[in-house]
Order: sequence, then C-alpha cells, then structure tokens
Amino acid sequence: MARMTSRGPVLGIAALYFLVPVAASLWFTIDSADGISFDVYSKGLGSEGLTTSLLRSVSVGLVTVLLGLLLMVPTTVAVALRLPKLRRVVEILCMMPLVVPPIALVAGVATVLSWQQDLAATPLYGTFQALIDRDFPLILVIVYTVMSLPFLYRSLDAGLRAVDLRTLVEAARSLGASRTQTLLQVIAPNLRQAVTGGAVLSLAMVLGEYSVASVLGFEPFAVWMVNVGDSEAQLSVAAAMLSLLFTWGLLLLLTALAGGRTRSRKQRKTA
Amino acid sequence: MTVPVQLKRLRREFGPTVALDGLDLDIAPGELVALLGPSGCGKTTALRIIAGFESADSGELLMDGQDITSVPAHRRDIGMVFQSYSLFPNMTAAENVAYGLRVRGVSSGERASRAAELLDLVGLPGRGGHYPHQLSGGQQQRVALARALAIRPRVLLLDEPLSALDAKVRLTLREEIRRIQLELGITTVFVTHDQEEALSMADRVAVMKDGRLEQCAAPAELYDRPATPFVAEFVGTMNRVPGVVRDGGVVELFGRRLPVHGESAFGAGTEVDVLLRPEGMAVGDEGEPATVRVATFLGATTRLHVTTDAGVPLKADLPSWEAAELTPGARCTITPHDNPVLVAERTVHKE
Repeated sequence: MARMTSRGPVLGIAALYFLVPVAASLWFTIDSADGISFDVYSKGLGSEGLTTSLLRSVSVGLVTVLLGLLLMVPTTVAVALRLPKLRRVVEILCMMPLVVPPIALVAGVATVLSWQQDLAATPLYGTFQALIDRDFPLILVIVYTVMSLPFLYRSLDAGLRAVDLRTLVEAARSLGASRTQTLLQVIAPNLRQAVTGGAVLSLAMVLGEYSVASVLGFEPFAVWMVNVGDSEAQLSVAAAMLSLLFTWGLLLLLTALAGGRTRSRKQRKTA
Repeated sequence: MTVPVQLKRLRREFGPTVALDGLDLDIAPGELVALLGPSGCGKTTALRIIAGFESADSGELLMDGQDITSVPAHRRDIGMVFQSYSLFPNMTAAENVAYGLRVRGVSSGERASRAAELLDLVGLPGRGGHYPHQLSGGQQQRVALARALAIRPRVLLLDEPLSALDAKVRLTLREEIRRIQLELGITTVFVTHDQEEALSMADRVAVMKDGRLEQCAAPAELYDRPATPFVAEFVGTMNRVPGVVRDGGVVELFGRRLPVHGESAFGAGTEVDVLLRPEGMAVGDEGEPATVRVATFLGATTRLHVTTDAGVPLKADLPSWEAAELTPGARCTITPHDNPVLVAERTVHKE
C-alpha cells in the first residue's frame, strides 16, 4: 500500500514531464486567430514534403533494421554457440558507434563520398551514384546500420543470455532436428522479443536522426521538419505531432507482434 | 547379442587437459550404467561424445556394433536429458514432447497421442498445454524425460538430470526414472557426481578418474570390494588408519592383525594406510582408547567422530540406540571388525 502511495506522485511527475510539452505543442498547432482550428493538420497531411520525407525515413529505417538484423543475429548466435571467446571483441566493436560522435562518423563518410569526382571514369562511379540516390540514399542505410549496432547488440545479447541457447540447440539436435530446423523452430522463436526490441530501438533512432542526413544533404523526415520550421512553424510542429503518433503506432504494432505469445502464456497461467 | 554402446580407447584432449585417456566401456542391452567421478574426470565428455556433441581425438564409438564416430548428433537416435532445464520455452509441454516426432514428419494426430502417452508415463497427465515456465523444476525434467523417450531412442543419456532439483524432488524423481527405465528396458547412461544417486539407480557404476575408468561394477561390489584406493574413498566414507604390512597377507594396526583384501603390492614391513569403512568399526570394551569429538545423529545410525589417544581421527557408525551415551567428550574404545581390508600408500600420519 505504501509502495502504491509513493508510486503515484512519481508517475504523476513523469506524466507531466512528457505530456506538458505534447499538450503545449498540440495547443500551438490548433490555436488560431479564429479560435481552435485543425486546418494545419489537414494541410500538413496533404503536404507533399511530409509524405515523401516520412516515407523516405520509414523505408530507410526498415531496410536499416533488416540489414542490421541480418548482420547481427547470425553473429551473436555464432558467438554464443561457437565462439564465446570473441564475445568481448564483438561487444566492443558494436559499442564503438556510441563513443564515436555521429558528426565525426559523417565527416569520414563525406570524405569518402567526395572521391567520386576522381572515380568518374571507373565502374565505381555508378556505385557511388547509387549510394547517394536522393529518393533512397543507400549511404544513410549503411551509416544508420553502423549506428544501430549498439541497440541491436545489447538487445540480442540480453535475449541470448535469457535462454540457455547451447542446451536448447543440443536438445533439438539430439531429437533429430537439422541445423535449419533448429534455427527456425528453436532459436528464432526464442529470440523474437530480443529481435523486436532491437528493431524498435533502431527504427526509432533512424526516424529521429537529423545530423548525419543533414550534413550529407538528404531530406528525410527529421530534416524536412527542421527545414519547414523556418518558414511554417505551425506546420513543422503539427508534423512533429503526426510523426509522434505514427512512430508510437509503429512501435506499438511491433511490440504487439512480439508480445502476442507472451500475453497468451500469461493468460493461460492465470486461467 | 550386440552391445548397444561400446566405447573403445576413447581419447579427448582440450588443450593441455586430457579429458579422456583411453576410455573403454561396454554397456549391455537394457542396462543403466552410471558414470561417476569428481569434477573434471571426463564423465560428461564421455556422454557428450556418445551424444555426438563432442568428437573423440582417437578411439571408436560403436552402437549396436556399428561405428558411429562420424555420425552427426541428429542422426544417432539418442535421447538426452540435460542438467539444466532444456525445454523449448516457446512450446507447450506436449509440443516439447512431440518435437522429435515433428522433425521426423510424424502426423499431428500420432504426435499428440504419443505425447499424451508419454506425459502419462512420467506422471504429468493433463499438463500438455502448460508452457515450461508454468511447470516446477521437477515437472520440467519429467517433460524432458518424456521428450527424450518419445523418439524411441536406441540409448537414453542422462546428464546430471537431478542436480538442479531440491533434495525431496530429487529422491522421488530418481525412483521414477529408474521405474520408467526398467519398464521400457531402455539402455541408459547416466552421468552424476552424486554417489548415492549412482549406487541407488544403476545396474553398474563406472567410477572415473583423470579420464580413465577406475572400476566398473555393480553398486554392492563397488562398495564392498573397491578395486583401488581411489574408488574406496570416492564411494562411501573411509577411514585412513596407519598400519604396517606383515608377512602372510596381513596388516597390523592398533596391535591387531587383519587380512589384506586381494593381493597386496606392498612388502612386509611397509608402512601403509589401512582403509576402513565407518560401519566396519566397533565401539565397545576392547580396542584403542579414544575420545568422542562429535556425534552426528543420522536417524537409524549415529556417526561418531572420535580421536584415539594416539591422535588418529576415526569415524564410526553405530546404531543410534547404542550411541545414546557417547556424547562429545565421552571416553570409549574403538577397534575394526575382523574383515579383509584394503591398504594404500601411506599419505597421512607421516611424521
């Protein structure tokens, strides 16, 4: 009872901390000379820049997550099962993006991209062009994949530590499962929550990332929002509100997909 | 009749450590053999080689007369129960039990009925819909046993399956495992470091030390006629009493002469340690004067820790009703029963 009493004010303060800025932003977007109006939202949803930049961010985010998972799931599983001595090395490598500031990272990337002038006569020129395609900048996918490594690694590592993977794999093998069956039927389902957790964190990071995209001259959603804020402050804040709703929706969807089985287990337990 | 499992001169090294040093062992059909030994003796390595999770550096592993050294784990038809709870957390108990049949392409109806049959066998009828986290440790190991048996394995391997359980559950489950093993007549290899578990469950106990087999014998023989001092001291409790070998296959201790078990490797006049079981000691009117240090009540018996006036510490098991007055500090006399004894190189009481 005492715990409940002390929890109330803490939750209240936390709620205020998050809700007051959101409420203030909402008020800023709907307060007009003629009273309350949602015109800026209808205008914002119809704005070409918003849809294009948001779709660009989402597509870059999803491909980043996919690439990150393709890289990290086999790596972490292999380290857990076969190469436990390499765990520290992999951990340090994956944590590097946390200690290297994105601005330093992008400075290096920009330097490499500037080489394309010298490579105009070589087949590599086409590769560079593909990397900096304005509609789908592959270079952002690559940089964001590197930046998402700490989130993916931490999440997968925690997931792998929560299960005795080696024993589960050996149990499956002794029962006659091939390597593929073991991977799909035993390892993957038990890593689903860890994979989803890492994916959600990485996606959230990509959707809100500004500095790398801005320095490289691309306009994903975060950059568009800042750019439009210079001329149309209300539209910029309205876009931020919409993106907040969109991101929450997306994250809730992913979490629900991962948590479905857990909830059904809990329900079964209480039944 | 073919031998279900034969280990021939198995050797396995991990860097500088020799885990198995030429292990030979034959396991008969329907037999439960316990691999017993201290940590690092190679018992788990031997089991993992049988399972196919480790490979031997040299030697052969034969199953029903065929060399399966190079057969991968998933093609060996071996059921295994692990020390840690190894149930698949994403599957119910019934799905766990049926998993081996699922990967073999057995129809879902047949899988369900086989799973129900096995859950019934291990005493968990009606728990098929429970997930592992909804089951106790003992129940999880029962499901793991059912899962291992569902594929009708040629051999069942048990890797310290009871060590994570509390004492009462461990006792019940080991009786259950033995009942099921006898009921199905399945050849079983059981790894344990708990001698009580090994002696109470196994048809034969293989005692290992430093990757080698010290002795493989029925529990009673192992206890009564240990082949080596290591086996004698590892299985059960032993007193080490200083003695001197005399002519005629006898050893002298406490002023008495006792016959030496088997052939003694020591010449007359050699100072040795005589190995004596606590239940082989008599506390009465005659013998070596001693003082009781500790009396531990064990139910039907009481274990006395005494020290002779010559300073030799000894343990003696007496019926509790006889030991009632032998409280710490009490004076008594102690002497060994007149049975053949095992002697070992003198390691204690050296001046």
